[in-house]
Amino acid sequence: MTSTDIQFDAQGQLKHFLTIEGLKRDHILQILDTAQSFITLAKKEIKKAPLLRGKTVVNLFFESSTRTRTTFEIAAKRLSADVINLNPQHSATSKGETLLDTVNNLEAMHTDLFVVRHPNSGAANLIAKHVPPHVRIINAGDGRHAHPTQAMLDMFTIRAHKGDVANLRVAIVGDILHSRVARSQIHALAALGAAQVRVIAPKTLLPTEVERLGVHPYTDMHEGLHDVDVVIMLRLQRERMNGAFVPSEQEFFNLYGLTADKLAYAKQDAIVMHPGPMNRGLEIDSSVADGPQSVILPQVTYGIAVRMAVMALIMGGKPVARKRRGNRSTRGSDETTPA
Amino acid sequence: MSLHIKNGHLIDPANRIDEQRDLYIDDAGFVVASGQAPENFIPTHSIDAATKVVCPGLVDLRARTREPGLEHKATMASEVRAAVNAGITTLCCPPDTHPPIDTPAMAQMIQQRAWRYGLAFVHPLGALTRNLEGQLLTDMAALDEAGCVGFSNALHAITDTMVLRHAMEYAAGFDFTVFLHSEDPYLHGSGCVHEGEISTRLGLPGIPEAAETVAVGRDLALIEQTGVRAHFCQLSSARALSMVTAAQKSGLPVTVDVTAHHLHLSEHDVGIFDSQCHVRPPLRSQKDRDGLRQCIKDGIITAICSDHQPHEPDAKLAPFSLSEPGISGLETLLPLTLKLVDDRLLPLSQAIALLTQGPANILGIDAGHLGVGTTADVCIFDPDADWDFTEADIHSRGHNTPFLGWRFRGKVTHTLVGGRLVFEEGEEH
Repeated sequence: MTSTDIQFDAQGQLKHFLTIEGLKRDHILQILDTAQSFITLAKKEIKKAPLLRGKTVVNLFFESSTRTRTTFEIAAKRLSADVINLNPQHSATSKGETLLDTVNNLEAMHTDLFVVRHPNSGAANLIAKHVPPHVRIINAGDGRHAHPTQAMLDMFTIRAHKGDVANLRVAIVGDILHSRVARSQIHALAALGAAQVRVIAPKTLLPTEVERLGVHPYTDMHEGLHDVDVVIMLRLQRERMNGAFVPSEQEFFNLYGLTADKLAYAKQDAIVMHPGPMNRGLEIDSSVADGPQSVILPQVTYGIAVRMAVMALIMGGKPVARKRRGNRSTRGSDETTPA
Repeated sequence: MSLHIKNGHLIDPANRIDEQRDLYIDDAGFVVASGQAPENFIPTHSIDAATKVVCPGLVDLRARTREPGLEHKATMASEVRAAVNAGITTLCCPPDTHPPIDTPAMAQMIQQRAWRYGLAFVHPLGALTRNLEGQLLTDMAALDEAGCVGFSNALHAITDTMVLRHAMEYAAGFDFTVFLHSEDPYLHGSGCVHEGEISTRLGLPGIPEAAETVAVGRDLALIEQTGVRAHFCQLSSARALSMVTAAQKSGLPVTVDVTAHHLHLSEHDVGIFDSQCHVRPPLRSQKDRDGLRQCIKDGIITAICSDHQPHEPDAKLAPFSLSEPGISGLETLLPLTLKLVDDRLLPLSQAIALLTQGPANILGIDAGHLGVGTTADVCIFDPDADWDFTEADIHSRGHNTPFLGWRFRGKVTHTLVGGRLVFEEGEEH
């Protein structure tokens, strides 16, 4: 789709980071490789790189978030940017200011990068279309549409634990309908050539024509998890009982909650992921969340590196040169070369 | 002034005229003859319409002038001017003004404001229920007396089926037409696009086809029960149309219209959150669009309307679901309909009928034809003029349209209202 071109500059470099849809395999690998170099940085005494020194980053969160906002803040600070956090749902917008007015006012204060989360799909695209050319936008989640940095850190996690994403069978389980994370993961997995992507949920939580995204829908965990390499559990919001999407927490947990028994349908060395925050006892059992196959906590750690990589790349930082190899060992920052 | 429109190709579907024929209009603004000039008729003016089509002034079955209540979007003055510049001489406005048209005073005020400009005629629809709340009936007879040409609850669903049944029964008793926007409010929910591939891809709440079919099914059952004459406004799905087709075949007195944009766009035109394509009912699948076109061809649908909804720019500068639905459609009503002729779906005369005789019959008004003795509301257009639609072509206050940049064939050159020239291409009016 050509309209996603808004993400790229005239040279085809990423300019905003709004959605995974439209990204090529090489774009994604470039981000993952750059993130790898920042993992090394995090282990050093001085955890800072000067890539965004003198730049102002505004975390503009119209929807509450702890984890995502914090990891973005840490990421920006590690890159030496000045960071401001705003939660406009409590200030300007409640006074009737439009979304673009809010952004324009902040832009007038010479913001270089906005990290935007918004409850409505398409908000980040709208902002990206209307900011001056030097301003960059990262989508930190818009409605049900996209959460591209989350999907990138999930890909990073899969690569770190399972190697090449191609040849893997991945199952995404739970509230696909309302999930921006699932949509971004589906696009990322497709771009990286995953062997098969499955979505598992009751029909009420599967979007219409979801197969058009190239995934295989299942309503049964036994069939859906059979022989998969990666299980991604999604958060089920407790309000979903109200819209008659699911009958009860018990029934959902019985049918779709990831327990050790159900995990046994997957491959023996399958990994379990969850973008958080988890509802233990609703979509995932504690024994699995804390079990040996869980990589839920490393996901959070990788989130910082991945967000640093995205920020550095779109702000014209120095990306890692792509090298063709299967090796995924940690690479030092000495491998960074000018863009 | 008296007028001789000469050498034009006269298309007047109501009178089965589709040939080169001159038209004569007297100084009182009535059509006095076509073909041969009446005896002793000496026109003071003439228009040479050679190579042009001369047809009745267009009748737009649904257009919002935004007055009263939403004057920051558009005004009566701006919209009746835009209408005649687009060849539209009659428009029907739904009752969802602010306040709604649920009293005779409101109905009269709207007509008076329109009369003041002497441009397009504006016929109001009265509210079917008070304040459009779906609970109490309006004074329909008084509203009819005040000039309402039918009754509608606009986009406000009447969920209480007993209220709807009574509204229909009451209207049927006086031979009023009820205009229905069939949409189940629960299935519509917070939806803003067709539920399908695009809603899934963009993560936008979808409106399933069943939102329309469920409501059409319910409404058809009540129409049958009450015997009311009913009109379905802008159906969007092929399945709902096949239900209406079957009802027509079984003899129910139902008619249906469609908007010009639903005949040309589909869900895919939403692209990546193009809020100009946020309309209600939503743009549906390619298959639905093709189904609507087939129903136009088969004569099931007898009117194409603009569903004109001018907006201020900010109304569209919001995340898709928060943007206001609607297209500013007066300017594109004729061009988009003529495009169906270019697409070889329809002969020109049938396309003209869908904008004149068809909607006038649905409204039950004396308009949309050029028979001797009628008011001379005339549209003259050059059917071969190719042009690109740009913002400069928009006279409505609302510039919200997804059709900017489209290439059209066929452009209005003159518009007459009551025999008066109110628009001439290239002239300031």
